[in-house]
Amino acid sequence: MSACIFAISEQIEGAFRKVSFEAVSEGRRLADGLGLPLVAAVIGSGVEEAAEALGRYGADRILLADRPELADYSTEAYVRILAECIRQEQPSVVLLGATAQGKDLAARLSARIDAPLAMDATGIRLDGEQWVAARPMYGGKIIAEVILEGNPPIAALRPNALRIEEKEGESRMEKIDVDPGPIQVKTVDKTLETGKIELTEADIVVSGGRGMGGSDYTVVEALAEALGAAVGASRSAVDEGWRPHADQVGQTGKVVSPNLYIACGISGAIQHLAGMSTSKVIVAVNKDPEAPIFAKADYGVVGDLFEIVPLITEEAKKLRG
Amino acid sequence: MEILVCVKRVPDSSENEIEVKGDGTDIERDDLVYSVNEWDNYAVEEAIQIRDKVGGTVTVASVGDEETEEVIRREMAMGADNGIHLMDDAFEGSDGKGLATTLKALVEQGSYDLILTGAQADDGAGQVGGMLAAMLDYPFASLVNLIEVVDDKKIKVGREIAGGNQEMNEIDLPCVLSIQTGINEPRYVGIRGIRKVASVEIPVKGVSDLGIDAGVVGAAGAKVKRLDYFVPELGEGAEMLEGSTEEIIEKLIELLKAKGGIK
Repeated sequence: MSACIFAISEQIEGAFRKVSFEAVSEGRRLADGLGLPLVAAVIGSGVEEAAEALGRYGADRILLADRPELADYSTEAYVRILAECIRQEQPSVVLLGATAQGKDLAARLSARIDAPLAMDATGIRLDGEQWVAARPMYGGKIIAEVILEGNPPIAALRPNALRIEEKEGESRMEKIDVDPGPIQVKTVDKTLETGKIELTEADIVVSGGRGMGGSDYTVVEALAEALGAAVGASRSAVDEGWRPHADQVGQTGKVVSPNLYIACGISGAIQHLAGMSTSKVIVAVNKDPEAPIFAKADYGVVGDLFEIVPLITEEAKKLRG
Repeated sequence: MEILVCVKRVPDSSENEIEVKGDGTDIERDDLVYSVNEWDNYAVEEAIQIRDKVGGTVTVASVGDEETEEVIRREMAMGADNGIHLMDDAFEGSDGKGLATTLKALVEQGSYDLILTGAQADDGAGQVGGMLAAMLDYPFASLVNLIEVVDDKKIKVGREIAGGNQEMNEIDLPCVLSIQTGINEPRYVGIRGIRKVASVEIPVKGVSDLGIDAGVVGAAGAKVKRLDYFVPELGEGAEMLEGSTEEIIEKLIELLKAKGGIK
């Protein structure tokens, strides 16, 4: 007997990832449809105050595992705690964000509790008695709908695929005390660049490709700054060493679905399209009118990006005043 | 160091138009160009580099039909010492967990210190490495972009975490790592390399060799099953903005305000 919908959140130093609110919001919608309560889990150290935020998105109960040794993410410790929560709560479905950490966690959790997993899902629904998830495959060229058999199905949700909704209501915080066990993978060093916007969660992404002609991304960075956007790059720009691998948008890089994607000097190789074609609005600036990116874009500008992009930046700055 | 690298033969989706079969149960597989999953190539290269530094062997294993042999051979041409082909009708229709179950049985037959997989595959979900580690109760690190061997009991790995940030972890061996592209530059494999390994025997193992119950792998054991495949709606191509540069910028800003959420 299913007793709830279960959402797993992700935070770094007390700041929730946006996709956690997406997972909780989607959990709320599913819970309302099925008349079940929504239970959200928060794991970390010194995150009690931050955890309350999940109540704003409709969590009825917030399970909090707060211990000093949980300050850094540990797959094994998280799985041990969550497997125990899931055993007690008997959820109908488990949701979490398909971030780097979420994917890592989902795979191990799925194997540990012998539950079916839909990785990087763009949606999940109950069809009669069956849970059905949609997931893009082959670089987004195909959407596969898969049936998840067995309990409880786990869906790792692709960032920016589902809507965030705030919801009024009471939520109750419950502290849980599960021994996380020995930490097998020790974090010995961590470099955090604060203020950098995570590509996969950004509302706006401005990317530069081969047309940048070199590692000077000033024009792209200036537009990104004016728009509050993250900076991305095509594979050829990364292969040239102009940008770090972490900035690569594409099949072998990040998959992004922002509200607005601005491609500057990117021809639109399939490799790149696979990483950004689900963006809501795509603008391409390229000097080649035949560039394949224009087939995928909503709006195209043929011209020199070094002339066009700074003009957009200027106007965007005026708007933001 | 004994290293096992798990690789997969996949349709090369940057080379192929992918179409869905009429009944929506699969993609059209005739005429597809297949290759080794790109991420796996980086994993094999990394394994070879580690072996060349500290000694040991690299074994490449793959689950798949007869054609899969060419992929194993290609990775051996890169420099892997051994290949193992996991082939059995019973494996067909495996989900991620079925694959992990199969690989677990293989791992338990050997004495591997380090097991590498690609971080993901085009036709997969980036889950087998994590599942395999869970089943073996080995430590696991995903999206690894740097490996330093400390000694024969311990390694240090660099991983990409949120926001393009980087983390260093210390892990006891044996462990499972999923490898991110960009960790190295996989070497080129020429015809001569392929020829060198053309006649090397690649042992084939099925469920009975691995001691697996056929009911727990393949379609019989799958908990994730295909319901339908479809092609997402394609856009109609860009509306090209024309006029003087000034006019174009003006139009674009209006559009971005109306549709791009810029205020």
